[in-house]
Amino acid sequence: MSAVTIELNGVKVAEEVEPRLSLADFLRERCALTATHIGCEHGACGACSVMVDGVLTRSCLTLAAMCDGRSVLTLEGLRSDPTTDLLRRHFHQSHALQCGFCTPGMLIAARDILLRHQRPNDPMVRHELSGQICRCTGYANIIKAIVAAGEEMAGTLAATAAHANP
Amino acid sequence: MKSAPFEYLRPKTVAEASVALGRRNTTTAAIAGGQSLIPMLNLRVVLVDLLVDISRLDDLKAVTKTPDSLWIGALTTHAAIEDGKVPDIFNGLLRRVASQISYRAIRNHGTIGGSVALADPAADWPCCLVALDATLRIVGRNGVRVEKVTDFIHNSFTTSLSAGDIIMGFDIPAPQAPLRWGFAKVARKSGAFAQSIAVVAVQGKDGPATVALSAAGPRPIALAATARQLLGATSSEDEIRAAIATDLATHFRGPDSLDPYQIRMHRANIVNAIRDMRSR
Repeated sequence: MSAVTIELNGVKVAEEVEPRLSLADFLRERCALTATHIGCEHGACGACSVMVDGVLTRSCLTLAAMCDGRSVLTLEGLRSDPTTDLLRRHFHQSHALQCGFCTPGMLIAARDILLRHQRPNDPMVRHELSGQICRCTGYANIIKAIVAAGEEMAGTLAATAAHANP
Repeated sequence: MKSAPFEYLRPKTVAEASVALGRRNTTTAAIAGGQSLIPMLNLRVVLVDLLVDISRLDDLKAVTKTPDSLWIGALTTHAAIEDGKVPDIFNGLLRRVASQISYRAIRNHGTIGGSVALADPAADWPCCLVALDATLRIVGRNGVRVEKVTDFIHNSFTTSLSAGDIIMGFDIPAPQAPLRWGFAKVARKSGAFAQSIAVVAVQGKDGPATVALSAAGPRPIALAATARQLLGATSSEDEIRAAIATDLATHFRGPDSLDPYQIRMHRANIVNAIRDMRSR
């Protein structure tokens, strides 16, 4: 067994884990955080996306033991995150989900795209989203939602900047 | 889908890690980003008794630029290279190659050392490093050794690494004149494993030039006749196609012959990489 201490959604969690336990299973089975979905379990689908030390991560390709001393952020920890809130609204408005299985991973990945690229356009979102699989929507509405959220974000930033420096 | 059980160690130094990896009568593996190793463990195509986590060893993270070369520590992630955190003395070639590897989540953790250590025939870094004539430094039980990347990779998933060996990093010689480069790959979708990868590197106007091809055979190959055609900017595409055909015929003979589709695909991909180079 391996002792791990992880800062999980801002709270320190200390557990003993089997070395082979993935971060995805650790989150779902040991911490009862089930927003992180398990799809392919080999890094192809992106349903299990979380943030580890601030970078987008496949929790199925990460051992819980390797996260000792790291911080992990799941969708549960992003309830009051303004970017996630914005994305959630645009996913709703653009009807960017059907069955919803891929949605937690989509929201985490979309947030990462918006934090790294200002006002991403359609081709950029398509390229960045190529690691997230959705079997229902055909992606069109997901891309529409992310592009629209990016535009609203950039518009808000511009408005704030104009307000600060009239 | 779970890996078979294994023991996990996170040594504090490269020397301790090397000793652990060389443990007698034990199947060991080093883990850095784990983006290929973890799925292989979960699918049980790789079985280990002991997993040695080298991901926090600072000695493998150094990045240093000298007038003669660029040193990239083995633990440098694809994302760090993509984001320009590594000085790119190759006019953006490294950033371009890094940005096309798999997906961002994988690039955030996957490392250049891990990619070369695995020696997947469809990996991007072996092709790029062969084109740039890079060497790698390996620390093991008998001290440190230096090898050319092209000699290091023996076959698909087969390298000169033995028990206790750890790749420290890569030494890439600085080009003598501003590098002109081209990069092209054929993949079913962005981020998927490639069916063909071509990297073209020409130093200044008159060379030297190298052309490297991956995913065609078990290991990256340098296409000598094609590279010769690129010296001087006057070769027509027909002459280049003929040179590519000569190179492919030299490297893939008898039972290793490529089928007509593969020949057309690799040739088109190499021509695309050369066009990419000429357009810069």
